[in-house]
Amino acid sequence: MQTVVSQTSPPQKSFLYDPKVRGIFYQVVLVAAIVFLFYVAATNAIENLQRAKIASGFGFLNNTAGFDISQTLIQFSAAGGTYGDAFIVGLLNTLLVSVIGIFFTTILGFTIGIARLSKNWMVAKVAMVYVEVLRNIPLLVQLLFWYIAVLGTLPQPRNSLEMGAGFYLNSRGLFMAKPLYASDAWVLLAALVVGLVGTFVYRHWARKQQEQTGRQYPVGKVTLALVIGLPILTWIVLALVGANPISFELPRKGTFNLTGGMQILPEFVALLLGLVTYTAAFIAEVVRAGILAVSKGQSEAAGSLGLTPGQTLRLVVIPQAMRVIVPPLTSQYLNLTKNSSLAVAIGYPDLVQVFMGTVLNQTGQAIEVVVITMGVYLTISLLTSFIMNVYNRRVAIVER
Amino acid sequence: MGFDAASPRWRGTVKNRVRRGLRGNNQLPPSHDVSVGEHTNMKKALVSIAFGLTASLLATGASAQATLNSVKQKGFLTCGSNTGLAGFGQPDAQGNWTGLDVDLCRAIAAAIFDDPNKVRFIPLAAKDRFTALQSGEVDVLSRNSTATMSRDTQLGLDFPAINYFDGQGFMVRKKLGVASAKELNGASICTQQGTTTELNLADYFRANNMKYEVVAFATSDETFKAYDAGRCDAFTTDASGLYAERLRASAPDDHIVLPEIISKEPLGPAVRHGDNQWGDIVRWTHMAMLNAEELGVTKANVDQMKTSENPEIKRLLGTEGKFGEATGLTNDWAVRIIKHVGNYGEVFEKNVGEGSRLKIKRGQNAQWTKGGLQYGIPVR
Repeated sequence: MQTVVSQTSPPQKSFLYDPKVRGIFYQVVLVAAIVFLFYVAATNAIENLQRAKIASGFGFLNNTAGFDISQTLIQFSAAGGTYGDAFIVGLLNTLLVSVIGIFFTTILGFTIGIARLSKNWMVAKVAMVYVEVLRNIPLLVQLLFWYIAVLGTLPQPRNSLEMGAGFYLNSRGLFMAKPLYASDAWVLLAALVVGLVGTFVYRHWARKQQEQTGRQYPVGKVTLALVIGLPILTWIVLALVGANPISFELPRKGTFNLTGGMQILPEFVALLLGLVTYTAAFIAEVVRAGILAVSKGQSEAAGSLGLTPGQTLRLVVIPQAMRVIVPPLTSQYLNLTKNSSLAVAIGYPDLVQVFMGTVLNQTGQAIEVVVITMGVYLTISLLTSFIMNVYNRRVAIVER
Repeated sequence: MGFDAASPRWRGTVKNRVRRGLRGNNQLPPSHDVSVGEHTNMKKALVSIAFGLTASLLATGASAQATLNSVKQKGFLTCGSNTGLAGFGQPDAQGNWTGLDVDLCRAIAAAIFDDPNKVRFIPLAAKDRFTALQSGEVDVLSRNSTATMSRDTQLGLDFPAINYFDGQGFMVRKKLGVASAKELNGASICTQQGTTTELNLADYFRANNMKYEVVAFATSDETFKAYDAGRCDAFTTDASGLYAERLRASAPDDHIVLPEIISKEPLGPAVRHGDNQWGDIVRWTHMAMLNAEELGVTKANVDQMKTSENPEIKRLLGTEGKFGEATGLTNDWAVRIIKHVGNYGEVFEKNVGEGSRLKIKRGQNAQWTKGGLQYGIPVR
């Protein structure tokens, strides 16, 4: 169309009327205007900060923080921790809830998505109700619901629920035995590594065998035996010899609460529950769309080959559906990560709560803190997208 | 600003383009030409947005000073207030803001406009309050904020006055059987983030070599609700806040305030650094209320007092000297404050003292003549 018009229209009087030249001209002006805008905004901000005597720069990251955080994956204390350390604590807490959340929401989402297509009327309707209820209520409301439900129904520490095997539950969280590793615990680790390597080798061998002879081997059982059985067997043997590689520190009753052991905060549980159940509703729909996109003939063909419905789903339908599922699934993973910032409402110390909340307020350096936080979310999101794109390339249809 | 000169020419070319596009439309179907016209229109819009943003950024830079003028121009004062703290800053059942901090804003408005209702209150959580003041969203922050050195020197703020001397304390449930903060080793403690409270808490437990679990929330409301729901053993904030929040507990009598005061919390209004005239107005509003109490000038007798022969009262009420005009206000500024809002003692009793549900004693907030720390700087 474009070429036709430029051929038929008479030659222009001047290059000023050349659409191409004008286009370039406007684009250059636009870019210049945007650059100018950012330049003015930056210099204006710097000038105003200086005039108002507001500290600027990133030096504050090395200053002592002076506050404590409830959940820290690295060593952090008010005495020695810097604002930079507080940033890392917040970042790790965000990553922790995101990674665990993505893991569970994938499982739950796939289960519900498949259940919605079940031939069993009851199962399909329950899945439908789940999706429609969970995805139509704002996440913040759900988080507050979970937090209040978690807090409201659990007993006070002095009446902790004893669940056996060193597990206790109360309004301060879930308490469990904490493993303490002795110096000979490396033997167990070695057994685990041997088990993993053995599994890998065995699976490779079993696949080759199946391709050549058609015989199937009990891959699942052998994997289980190697990965879990071998370390446990080693442990038993060590215990018989008299060594004690792992001992457990049990939670004990203290003045106010249980002390010792490991503690999972109710804030973390509420946030995880909220994020997992909410995102799973969206993933279920993505999965359903993906499965419906696989033509019916595929499962009919699989059926006529004698595959069971389970095998048909696992070996024929899902692999093809993944092509459709992966790109929107990536978006859901990104949503979960970003939504984890709603932690601020229920007191879970994630990046936004710790860094954009406490650190921003104690230092007053809003611009730097906000820029760093935005940079972090951008980086996490781009990384997730990158990993998912690599995976997508692997599952995508290969044209021959 | 050179772009202002350039913009008419810009508009000219765009107009030409559009006109040409329209004419073309009448003759042949030159779809290409029209699409170019639309394209540039969009770009024109983008460019004008860019210029608009630039202009507004420049404008913000220019008006960072002279808060008094901008308040007068707007016709009202914007006051950063608490999101809801009984006795200090909270809307009542009719939606009228009341409290000690609120009355300071009303007094400033009265001094400027002779009308204590020309105030717009903006409720702010602790973690948002200084940003709101820095960015110019509020003219003055009167929200039980502690004056500290870093806030004064690094946040671009000034604390012109201290309207309530406070200290941090703890509240626990009676049934825990705790009688002193020293017995809180191992307790979970709910606190509001972005406050000096959060820092003092860490200091106190560190100094006493005790362990604790901190649970920090963004707003005072969330913090207290979590404590009330049993998430924490203790709740900590300024002592005044403890008494105010206890009224909101599901069973107020089940909670006690521990005797220890672990910090100094001089609470006062904050203004932006660099506008000294505005800082003076806020300081002298508070000082006028203090001096009025000391000299016995009250809401009821302020008009009679105008005829007083006491030179101190004459200077305060503007019948002698031109003290008000020197700050950019009128000479009867103090009369306006006292007539509409009252002196410090009256405001204290009404909001947090014997006349209120809080029943807080004057203590450190009594006049210096009665053993307190409130000391009005002389008007002369």
